[in-house]
Amino acid sequence: MSSNSNDEKIILEAKALEAWFGDFQAVKGINVHYFEKTINAIIGPSGCGKSTYLRCLNRIHEEIEGTKVMGEVLLEGKNIYDKSIDVVDVRKRIGMVFQKPNPFPTLSILENVVIGLRLQGINKRSTLLEIAESCLKKAALWEEVKDKLHSQGTSLSGGQQQRLCIARALAINPPVLLMDEPTSALDPIATAKIEELMNEIKRDYTVIIVTHNMQQAARISDYTSFFVYGKMVEHGLSSDIFTNPKEKQTEDYISGRFG
Amino acid sequence: MNYRTIRNIKNQFFMMTVIMSAVLVLLPLFLIIKFVFTQGMSSLNFSFFTEIPKPVGESGGGMKHAIFGTMYVVFLGALLAVPIGITCGVYLSEFRKSKLSKTLKLTIDLMSGIPSIVIGIFAYLVVVIPMKSFSALAGGVALSIIMLPIIIKTSEEILKLVPDHLREAGLALGLPRWKVILFIIVKGNLSNLLTGIILAISRASGETAPLLFTAFGNMYMSYEFNKPMATLPVQIYTYAISPFKDWQRQAWAGAFVLMILILSMNLFARYVFLKIKDKKGN
Repeated sequence: MSSNSNDEKIILEAKALEAWFGDFQAVKGINVHYFEKTINAIIGPSGCGKSTYLRCLNRIHEEIEGTKVMGEVLLEGKNIYDKSIDVVDVRKRIGMVFQKPNPFPTLSILENVVIGLRLQGINKRSTLLEIAESCLKKAALWEEVKDKLHSQGTSLSGGQQQRLCIARALAINPPVLLMDEPTSALDPIATAKIEELMNEIKRDYTVIIVTHNMQQAARISDYTSFFVYGKMVEHGLSSDIFTNPKEKQTEDYISGRFG
Repeated sequence: MNYRTIRNIKNQFFMMTVIMSAVLVLLPLFLIIKFVFTQGMSSLNFSFFTEIPKPVGESGGGMKHAIFGTMYVVFLGALLAVPIGITCGVYLSEFRKSKLSKTLKLTIDLMSGIPSIVIGIFAYLVVVIPMKSFSALAGGVALSIIMLPIIIKTSEEILKLVPDHLREAGLALGLPRWKVILFIIVKGNLSNLLTGIILAISRASGETAPLLFTAFGNMYMSYEFNKPMATLPVQIYTYAISPFKDWQRQAWAGAFVLMILILSMNLFARYVFLKIKDKKGN
């Protein structure tokens, strides 16, 4: 890794991480660490386990029946799979944005953003409004929705819904934000907006993003990992991976010869 | 006759059979509605809703006490069945693969097949005998057992329609599972869960057998939960088998009112449910 990484702080680290669906092993021995306030892309062909890997990082993988995870994920040095750790606390610190925009259909735009806080017992209206405004601004949605905060979240367009989901995830203020192909269901303009806001939120958050789109990874990420068949083939500075990959497989994939 | 005409004849014969059986099924329903409507309408008057029965021989009187009683007993039943039913439905939908959940499902299927008279006997044993009196409460208990499987089944089905990604969205916000279920899944579907409740209530409102020796019946207005209470179905039954012309006419009127009540509840619930399905579909 580059020399300037010495003064950066490691926030999240996977150690020998493995994940199963029943007997099928989807993630095979991943070792990697992520620096604070960076954007980290995960690329790789379909079915290579990159989404599953991401879902292990906030322990949402285990919500599916018959799944299993082994190894460690260290958040600021503490293993989130340790028995003494409450999974709810893990997910408060590691937020997630999904592939398909999924705002809660019966809730208004405002309620969608603050539901996480409200169900944690924060009920003071002025506090909630303040947080909602700041998160919607971070998600670059405020200008578009400030006059209709009380209309339904699902009344927005797909791209707006996804930014609403980003605001919702940011509202609980997690240091790490996982994004599982957040723009794959969106058109190029909506995608551009989300990439732009990612560059903004990078100042305060560490982002790990799974993407199918290599150009996207090259545009926005500081570091990139390349996954094939559940294994991490290569991880490094995006500028290196996309211009001068060490592995033949990475080069083949990036140049479009496979995948 | 060539091959094609034989095939056409077979085809038409088949079509006729199918259409005929469809008509055959619809016919009784229309006849019932027609009979009850014509007989009931002619016997129905304003005092039917405002008066209690007159002594035999005196004409007039109404079924105010039984209309009120039906609402009272059904309400008691719903009070018992709704919280338990919804909770069970939540359990079945949110913990699908657990062993208890599979056992519960089988039990509920069996439960909905129990003859209603047996449910009446059960309520007689567990409520009427210890309380030493027929009572509205006993009727409510019997009806709640009728309602339970319906409420459980419909709420399970409605909650199963909620896509998994919404549950994940809630969990990913660092919310405990129970909060996701209660405040996102259930709260977001309250109006839909109401359909199951309405269906159960409409089914219970028409039940006679479980009330015969629980709520029993009463010729006077009663407001007490621990005393016998008149209900429309039982009142209709009593009047219909009586030898008095006047009572028999009242029974028709009662049948008409009961039928309209149940049909409209059913149609409303179905309408709401269809609308949900449409919304979930796209």
